[in-house]
Formats: sequence, C-alpha cells, structure tokens
Amino acid sequence: MYTEKVIEHFRHPHNQGKLPDYTAVGKVGNIVCGDVMWLYIKVEQDTSGREVIADISWETFGCTAAIATSSMVSDIAKGKTIEEAIAITNKDVADELGGLPPVKLHCSALAADALNEAIYNYLVAAGRDIPPALARRHAHIAAEMNTLEQRYAAFLETQEAAHGEGG
Amino acid sequence: MIELAEHIYLDNSATTAVALEVMAAMQPYFSVVYGNASSLHGFGRDARRAVENARAQIAETLGVQPEEIFFTSGATEANNLAIKGLAAANPEKRHVITTKIEHHAVLHPCAWLQTQGYDVTYLDVDAYGRVDPEAVRAAIRDDTLLVSVMAGNNEIGTIEPIARIGEICHERGVRFHTDAVQAYGKIPLPLEVIDLLSVSAHKLNGPKGVGFLYVRRGIKLTPLLHGGGHERGLRSGTENTPGIVGMAAAAQLAMSEQDEVVPRLREFRDRLIAEISKLPGTKLNGHPKESLPHITNFSFAGIEGESLVMRLDEHGIATSTGSACSSPNLEPSHVLQAIKVPLSMAHGSLRISTGRDTTAEQIATFLAVLPQVVADLRAISPFKVGE
Ligand SMILES: Cc1ncc(COP(=O)(O)O)c(C=O)c1O
Ligand code: FES
Repeated sequence: MYTEKVIEHFRHPHNQGKLPDYTAVGKVGNIVCGDVMWLYIKVEQDTSGREVIADISWETFGCTAAIATSSMVSDIAKGKTIEEAIAITNKDVADELGGLPPVKLHCSALAADALNEAIYNYLVAAGRDIPPALARRHAHIAAEMNTLEQRYAAFLETQEAAHGEGG
Repeated sequence: MIELAEHIYLDNSATTAVALEVMAAMQPYFSVVYGNASSLHGFGRDARRAVENARAQIAETLGVQPEEIFFTSGATEANNLAIKGLAAANPEKRHVITTKIEHHAVLHPCAWLQTQGYDVTYLDVDAYGRVDPEAVRAAIRDDTLLVSVMAGNNEIGTIEPIARIGEICHERGVRFHTDAVQAYGKIPLPLEVIDLLSVSAHKLNGPKGVGFLYVRRGIKLTPLLHGGGHERGLRSGTENTPGIVGMAAAAQLAMSEQDEVVPRLREFRDRLIAEISKLPGTKLNGHPKESLPHITNFSFAGIEGESLVMRLDEHGIATSTGSACSSPNLEPSHVLQAIKVPLSMAHGSLRISTGRDTTAEQIATFLAVLPQVVADLRAISPFKVGE
C-alpha cells in the first residue's frame, strides 16, 4: 500500500532527532489521537541577507507514513527561504513521496502543519509581522487541536478513572 | 526483500501455513477425486465418502456426533449462521448477550440484529479481558435468545471462563455459542455446555475458506444460504471437498500434536513475556497465565504500532498491531479499548503469535531484533522513555 519512496524514507529517514541549536520548534498532533510531530528549524541569513532554513530536524511518533512525511518535509524545506517554506503544502509532501494511501493523507498534513507552526513561532519570537495566510493556518491548526482534545475528553476521563489509582 | 528462508512468521493468529501433511491429504481431491459429493456416480460417491469421513473425524476431536457438524466457508460464516440463524428460527426472543472483545465476525452480526429491532448487551471485561460469568447471569432476561462469548481472544489471547458461562446459560435455558477459532486445538473445550461452536481451518494449519459450525442436536437454525439443500438444508452449496478434507486432516494433526506443541508454545510465551518485560516502557496486554499459548500482546510506550510492525518486517519478521494508525477508522482496536489500555499505550501495541513451525531460534532472533527496533523508533519519537 505504500510507495517505494515512502518505504525508503521510512527505512532511512533524513534529518531525524532534535537540533541542538534550533531557533524555533513547531509541535503538532496529540498522543491521544496517535500522531505527534515536533519539527525544529534553525534560521540563518544567507549571503544575500535572506532568512533561510539553514537546518531542520524532527521527532515523530506515528506510523510509517508519518515518519516518511517528516523525513520528506525536512528535505523539501531545508535551504529554503522562509517565504518559500511557508508555501510548502501537504500535497507537495505527499506528491514528492509518490502519493499516500487516502487514509494516510492526514499524516502529510501533520508534516506541513508542523513546518507552518515552527515558522509561525519563529516569526512571533522575532517580533516579525505574520503573513495573513500563515496566521490563518495557525488559527486553523490550533482550532483543530482543540476539537480533537474535546472529542477525546470523555474518553480521557474514563481512562483516568480506570488508571488513576495505583497507576 | 528478505529471502523467504530468513522470514520469521509470528502472525499465526492471522493465518497459518498449510501443513505438508494437510496438503498431501487434500491433493487427490482436486483432480483425481473431483466429483460432486451429491452425484450418484462413483466420482460423486468417493467425494461423499471423503466429506463424511472428514465430518466424523472432526466430530471425534470434539467428542460429538457427526450430524452435529456443519461445514461452512469459514468462521465468519459459522458465526453468522449461529447468530442470525438462531435468531431467525426463534423470532419470539429478541435479546442477545455478547462481549466487547469478540471478533468482528460476532460483533457485526449482533450489530445487524440491532438494526432488525433486537436488543444486544455487550458485556464489559476486566483489565485482562475476562468476562465475569456473574455478569452474564445478571444480563440474562426472559427474552434472551443467545449468549455468545469467545473461547479465547484473537488479539490478546485471554481465555474466557466459558465452562462457567455455559453452565449458567443452561441453568437459565439460554443458548450458548462460542467462537473457538483461536482456542480449538490449543485448550480443552467444555462441549457439554456449548450449543454452538465455530471453527476455521486456516488458523490451524489447514486451508483458507473452510470452517465448521457445531450445532448441538435439537437446535433449530434458519439457513443463511438457500439452494440445493446441502448440509441437510442448513448450508447450500457444493461441498468444498479438498477444503473439508484438509480441515479434518488439520484438526487431527492439531489434536495429535497438542501435547507436544502446546507446552512448547507456552514456553515461548513465558520467555517473550519475561524478556519483553525487561525493556523499559512496556506492558503486557492480556493475562500472564490465563491465556492461549500462542498469543502474546505488548504495548511499547513512545512508539506507534504500525511503524513497529513495518520495522520488524524489514528484518523479515511478521507480526501485527491493534494500533489506530493501522486500522481503517484510525481507532485503536476495540479489544485494547475494552481492557482500557491508555490510548497512548494502545497506539504502540504489538501482537506476536506463534505456531507449530515456530522455533526457539526464531524467538531468540526476534528477541534480539526487537530491542534495537524499539530503541530506533524511540530515538526519533518526541516521547522519551526510560531516560
Ligand atoms: C476469533 C476469530 N473469529 C473469527 C475469525 C474469522 O474466521 P474466518 O477467517 O474463517 O472467516 C477469526 C479470524 O480472523 C478469528 O480470529
Ligand atoms: S500517524 Fe497515525 S495514521 Fe499516520
């Protein structure tokens, strides 16, 4: 069900782990729903003074597709300017992997979201103006996380009740 | 791809290899004794003899009468026939009791009955996956038609107290069905209190697409398949002679090897539990002892089951998972939910199921590979375990 490319990235993922000197991190997903991705970026100015993603890495809890899309989004974004990186979509990630099974498309969305969030956090920390599209996507991602947490709130309570005493 | 010879198959609850003896027994029934068992001529009579011989052999493994064995296309059909067939034959009773950890081949026929106006009680299980027989007693009503509780669970291996549950059903005059797909050939089955019992050949080194339903004499079922009136009208369709012969051969093989194979599988399970428990952030799903010998299920904190299965597959090791990411609806398996595995741990479940061909060396190789693979996936996970 997975393409060769997906399997290849899953087997030998690129840019895995945590950058020791990252400038910003984007954290998306939720362990309750199963997929979590933390994406680290290191932003530097290139020789012509543009801000670029000089280095990038990630830590992912998720399926084969989630790990492959993490690897792929990091490949695509590395060396790109902030503006170029903002334009990366989940479709770009899935396409580069030769496609994903429909049920796994949300894993590529997670990868693109994590990049979005890392850049958003970078710009906020740097006191920069947030491009409207990026802000909209940030609001959308935050709202989605909120919905998921609400959707699982009842379940989480039953879990806590069941596991509260004695761990 | 890894060479076939290097493959380690630890997914025997999903399906098994057809044993060579079983294949040999089936062989003549494809193109030598290929008659239709209903035909009058010699070809047909030979096929009929083979089918009836198989029926007698299977009946003997259970200590029941040949007329109580009905061949089907597998356990999905046997379960459907038991549940829907009993319901259709007894329209005045409208309540069915089952559990939250049944196979979908029991849960979905029950859910379908609900769409037909039936009431279905889905009993809870304890943290090990065991049903409380007293909960069965408490759930029985005047209009209860059937109680269906599996003999042993296919995901976590837990053995259900079906002897006690069957007794209670009989005291109360309620029919008792058990899905014995994983338990048959592995543990004794209390036929004296069982009215209906489903088995599938491909889980016991027999062929796919054949199974049977044991129906205690005197119990009326309405057929699901109407046609030429085969299987004494209960299941029409030309008998799958090679499949039926293969299933009987597999059943006999399982019974004859049981005393040798089962203790070996128990040893493997004990070893898997002892070794995997030593890894940080792991938890056994199911009961340490009250379990089928061939199924072991663990959760690994910080990693997701589908990627664990895929990483093991790179090493030529076949396993399975009940994780959300591996299911079409992206929810963890209903069994893990029913035993209230915390969602974070349910994502990292791994089922290891052994079989008659599993060797001690394979278990050793698996146990050597597993910690590397777990460490590798934890290294790229944001959730750090055991630090
Ligand atoms: C417990 C249980 N019941 C029923 C089935 C379905 O059996 P079959 O594949 O013969 O339809 C299986 C196997 O998937 C099973 O494990
Ligand atoms: S991470 Fe759950 S489906 Fe990909």
